[in-house]
Amino acid sequence: MLYSEKVMDHFRNPRNLGKMEDADGVGEVGNAKCGDIMKIYIKVENDIITDVSFNTFGCGSAIASSSMATEMIKGKPISEALELTNRAVAEALDGLPAHKMHCSVLAEEAVRAAVKDYYDRNGIPYHAKDFCDHNCAQCGE
Amino acid sequence: MRIYADNAATTKMSKAVIDIMAECMGETYGNPSSLHSSGQRAAEVLAGARESVALVLGAEPKEIIFTSGGSEADNQAIRSAASWGKKVGKRHLISTAFEHHAVLHTLRKLEGEGFEVTLLPVHEDGIVRVEDVRAALREDTALVSVMFANNEIGTVQPIKEIGALCRENGVIFHTDAVQAAGHLQIDVKEMNIDMLSLSAHKFHGPKGVGALYVRKGVPLFSFIEGGAQERGRRAGTENVPGIVGMAGALELAAANLEEKGTYERTLRDALIEGLSKIPHSRLNGDREKRLPGNVNFCFEGIEGESLLLLLDARGIEASSGSACTSGSLDPSHVLLAIGLPHEVAHGSLRLTLSSENTMEEVEYMAEEIAGAVEYLRGISPVWEELEKGERRHVIQ
Repeated sequence: MLYSEKVMDHFRNPRNLGKMEDADGVGEVGNAKCGDIMKIYIKVENDIITDVSFNTFGCGSAIASSSMATEMIKGKPISEALELTNRAVAEALDGLPAHKMHCSVLAEEAVRAAVKDYYDRNGIPYHAKDFCDHNCAQCGE
Repeated sequence: MRIYADNAATTKMSKAVIDIMAECMGETYGNPSSLHSSGQRAAEVLAGARESVALVLGAEPKEIIFTSGGSEADNQAIRSAASWGKKVGKRHLISTAFEHHAVLHTLRKLEGEGFEVTLLPVHEDGIVRVEDVRAALREDTALVSVMFANNEIGTVQPIKEIGALCRENGVIFHTDAVQAAGHLQIDVKEMNIDMLSLSAHKFHGPKGVGALYVRKGVPLFSFIEGGAQERGRRAGTENVPGIVGMAGALELAAANLEEKGTYERTLRDALIEGLSKIPHSRLNGDREKRLPGNVNFCFEGIEGESLLLLLDARGIEASSGSACTSGSLDPSHVLLAIGLPHEVAHGSLRLTLSSENTMEEVEYMAEEIAGAVEYLRGISPVWEELEKGERRHVIQ
């Protein structure tokens, strides 16, 4: 089997799926040309991510990675969400095939992009270099 | 319910072929090169299989050599033509942009060895134009290789016409008929074919065995050194049970070609009609000039691998040309060759039917695919942008 049972579970029963109309921050990464776009929505109260959801265009592991990432940051302080690594997402999914690790990178980047958007909307200062540039690094675009 | 709709990848072996092979493995275990009775019995069986394959293709038995499959046959055909070309000072090879990788990667290697390769366009309908072949021909062209029918979009090429053109110009003409053999009428003489590759497992035969037809007088070089099997053109003890199974499968396919073809076309057309109802979808490849069992669609706003996984969970086994299923970052070279943008090519689905499929299955598939596409669009940010008009629809 290409994917672990955990990946298949998160693919078939994605957690926190759907658009959030009143999000405090929205992060979108990837591009359609590469075949993956992830969009993560967050709701923030007192620096805590109280709610999170996602929409994803992509393969099975992209959908599963988005689902797992939302589970991992839900209810957590922003500082912890920013520490989420792609490796942690992949490990939580009991691993991803080597050529799919890219999907977990997108999940990490989508979370960071959502936090950045939240900071931007609320005029919260941050170091620009701490955030990715929303581009899918592997595509070189 | 399990519906197998990936017959271009491989087919289920027919019971009759399994029986033929089992008997061969049990009884005809001799080495065809041995002089004793067991060996000679195997040699006779082998000769019979060669005659059967030759008969179906309209060839002479001596013009058939057995290989390990379609890829080996393609490699040997192209490398042989190139070796001949090198000897006579012809270093130009012509093929098409949407060939199988067994052809394309061999050509790429030859490019590295000093050959010049021209890959012809296949146009939006996935059909090579004879005029394009004519325009590409040069004094130093050694080979033209055009597949009989494409493995992804199923389009059938004007083989007879391209063959005639090559014959007039003294250029070797090879066709990769892996998807066509056992599914379409083939007559190598009438179609002016110099070399043709086929693979047994694409027509309900066993895996690991194929054949290369080489017209008498066309030079063929051996690439596996060893014994004198296949008249010195392919060393190695013959895969007798596999070859016998292939011959049996090909005979069966040829005997039922018309009947099966008509039935598969009925299923195919019903499936195309059903899937066409999905908004912003399109059929890839010419509507008429396609293999009897091939359906290939693109659905905008979704990605093919996730569609395959959803369909598998609903009992439907298909394939896709999305990057995620190819193990690379680019979607299928075939879909790009017919001009599809990357983002649309990612959302492709190939369903390849056989005569074992039923109309009930086709109806179930059309319904389930529509549901799966709708679900994936519902969670796709790309679809959201398309619907809002922030991104332009490529498929109307």
